[in-house]
Amino acid sequence: MDRRRFLKNVIGGGIVAGSTVAFGNYSQLLAATVAAVPAYDLVAVRGGEPGVMFDRAMASLGGMQAFVPKGSRVVVKPNIGWDVTPERGGNTNPALVQRIIEHCLQAGAREVSVFDHTCDPWAQCYRSSGIERAVRDAGGKIVSGNNEGYYQQVTVPEGRRLTEVKVHELLLEADVLINVPVLKHHSSTMLTVGMKNLMGVVWDRGYWHRNDLHQCIADFVSCRRPTLTVVDAYNVMKQNGPRGVSTADIVQMQALIVSPDPVAADAAAAKLFGLEPQAVRHIQLAAEMNLGRMDLGALSINRIRL
Amino acid sequence: MKSGHLKFVRVFVSLAFFGLTALVFLDLASVIPPWFTGGILYLQFIPSLLAFMHGAALGAAGWLFVAALTVLFGRVYCSTVCPLGTLQDAIGFTAGKRRRFHFRPAGTIRYAIAAVTALLLVGGSGLLLNLLDPFSAFGRILADLVRPAVIVTNNIAAAALEQFGQYAVSRKQWAVLTPLAVGVAATTLVVVGWLAARRGRLYCNTVCPVGTLLGLVSRISWLGLGIDHDRCTKCGRCVRVCKAGCIDLARMRLDAGRCVACYNCLAACPEEAVHFENRWRRAPAMQADQGRRNFLLHSGVSLLGLAGLPETNATVLQSKPTTIPEAVTGPVSPPGSISIERFSSLCTACHLCVSVCPSRVLSPSLLEFGPSGMMQPRLNFRASYCNFECTLCSQVCPTGAILPLTPEDKKRTQLGVTRFIKENCVVVTDNTNCGACSEHCPTKAVRMVPYPNPLNRALFIPEVHADYCIGCGACEHACPTRPFKAICVDGNPVHARSKKPESTALEIKINDTEDFPF
Repeated sequence: MDRRRFLKNVIGGGIVAGSTVAFGNYSQLLAATVAAVPAYDLVAVRGGEPGVMFDRAMASLGGMQAFVPKGSRVVVKPNIGWDVTPERGGNTNPALVQRIIEHCLQAGAREVSVFDHTCDPWAQCYRSSGIERAVRDAGGKIVSGNNEGYYQQVTVPEGRRLTEVKVHELLLEADVLINVPVLKHHSSTMLTVGMKNLMGVVWDRGYWHRNDLHQCIADFVSCRRPTLTVVDAYNVMKQNGPRGVSTADIVQMQALIVSPDPVAADAAAAKLFGLEPQAVRHIQLAAEMNLGRMDLGALSINRIRL
Repeated sequence: MKSGHLKFVRVFVSLAFFGLTALVFLDLASVIPPWFTGGILYLQFIPSLLAFMHGAALGAAGWLFVAALTVLFGRVYCSTVCPLGTLQDAIGFTAGKRRRFHFRPAGTIRYAIAAVTALLLVGGSGLLLNLLDPFSAFGRILADLVRPAVIVTNNIAAAALEQFGQYAVSRKQWAVLTPLAVGVAATTLVVVGWLAARRGRLYCNTVCPVGTLLGLVSRISWLGLGIDHDRCTKCGRCVRVCKAGCIDLARMRLDAGRCVACYNCLAACPEEAVHFENRWRRAPAMQADQGRRNFLLHSGVSLLGLAGLPETNATVLQSKPTTIPEAVTGPVSPPGSISIERFSSLCTACHLCVSVCPSRVLSPSLLEFGPSGMMQPRLNFRASYCNFECTLCSQVCPTGAILPLTPEDKKRTQLGVTRFIKENCVVVTDNTNCGACSEHCPTKAVRMVPYPNPLNRALFIPEVHADYCIGCGACEHACPTRPFKAICVDGNPVHARSKKPESTALEIKINDTEDFPF
């Protein structure tokens, strides 16, 4: 199912892109999508700087144009929840965010917007995290997520506990959503990766917290499925998450996971963290709801050691 | 330069002070650095005086400068530095040029008002001072009326730009509007505005305690305006432009105690009969001063009538019975205020901190600090929580009610202590995970521990380690239960010092023998 959808995206993207470029390029692109796409379900990279690891991961997935059609609107959703500096590992690595935006724009995206509904005051989070600057440097748009006026009510088709939710209007207009969580310990959900990171695109998180948090996290994937999940596991917070107390909470793992399957990305990240995917209830629930796969053994995974 | 040009200098300087003062309250983008704010507000009389009296900072000598200026030149402060004065002039200006003033004899009620204000302050209640101080009154008008209006305008503009895919202007969040503070600000604006439109600077010469005090000082000022008996043709032009109504043409003199040094008369006089006089050269006539007598008389009366009325904070701050189930034992005062008693006695409720607070946790209080602490800001955790890294309020406070804190000190300053109400917690009531409180806790004073439960789920429940708590309210704000929170902060009457969060070694050792454990 996922592979089929992925290929559909790839080919669709190729056609859109191809129709606007010269014939030579067109054939090259088509050749790339048909012959060279290794159709990996997931790519994991270790041992490099965030930008370099992302370059390698995308190359093995057929390039960003496989996911970002020309002229599309892209939302990149990092974790910018806390007013902490990058070395604290509380937010997504800014260098990774910057590289992702550059890839999107090179693939021909019309615009790339970045936001998070932060926990701490947003302007401070955007600044301290280094993400505001990274987005500007890369040519993306940094947008606030901290006003209810930005949010619009939508239904959650397969939601068991979460049936309606207010999401940021940028998400409704976006053709592509790239979810860029940072892998962290979490005091109550055990782990925060991709699906948990999507709590930052909705207005009322409190509702999730009082209505079976894990179920709501899984439910939301059926509302807006990310095109791509890019897990930043460069500096990984192993305890005191998700805010962290000091750099003593951090282990430098220099890892990156990229997958079009949000559940598979979270499952692989859990393994990397040292947890079984089924120990994290929302991963288990999402797999049960067929929102993605957590049986990593059955997936085709490209493992790249730099 | 002709002395008539002084009016234009005054107008320019007053507009500069007015504009910059307004700017620090309306800085939606939070770009104005605190040192700039400090510089702009350095000369504000009451904030500076309060800071000085409490030995808050050596730098708080702005009021001395103003006093010295008054001794030399009269109430220059009232027509330049004071933003409420300039606001009145602006209202008067738009109210029409046809407006004509005339001389009124000096009243004595101003001394009674000033005396009551001073006595209440000595008795421990700054409420009247906070209400009447022109800077704080102006601050509230900006913070509680103008700023919300600016935010509405900003958000309408932002929403319009969004239609074109533009997000450069971001929507700003609403601060919690306290009806009391809005009401007081609106009332102040209406009363001051009406007086300004009808009677010029009547507020300054009747109600304002700063005006009264500086008026007393300006009676002995070195240079003051006078009328040259030989040149004056009694045309009355000066009287008609005198906002203070202090030019007595019949007796050919100006009431220095009410003259606000606007220099309108200098500009209006065609004969240059209004001029500066060195009043120290002549021996002042030693006649009995009715105003001063009244001042003393009223003081005595007030003392008799008001003894015992001002309530000290100590009596209100004790654990108070309340109907709300969280039942916090006391309010939380801003970091750097040291104790609620100290804070309450120094804060003039100018709401500058409310305006600059990036997390919008500071809200004007109602009666949380007691009757005399009305409108003084408290940390309202329903609205937000105090950002761990932020010390902005402590850096801008003009009265020293909130003293500057370094980020390191701020992170150890315990404003209150959090209390877990297990019965309210969603983990107990619903047997589902939550952990919003612990998630937001910057010091891990709130930790999650395993919670055995009938459903045998892997549940975690909060556990409070009070020593590490700084009372920032992140846990209380994040707690999703309604209508009552499962975790809440009891304010410390006196701020304490929290234990430093220890950086423990990692419990989980990662096994890096395998690059990809999948």
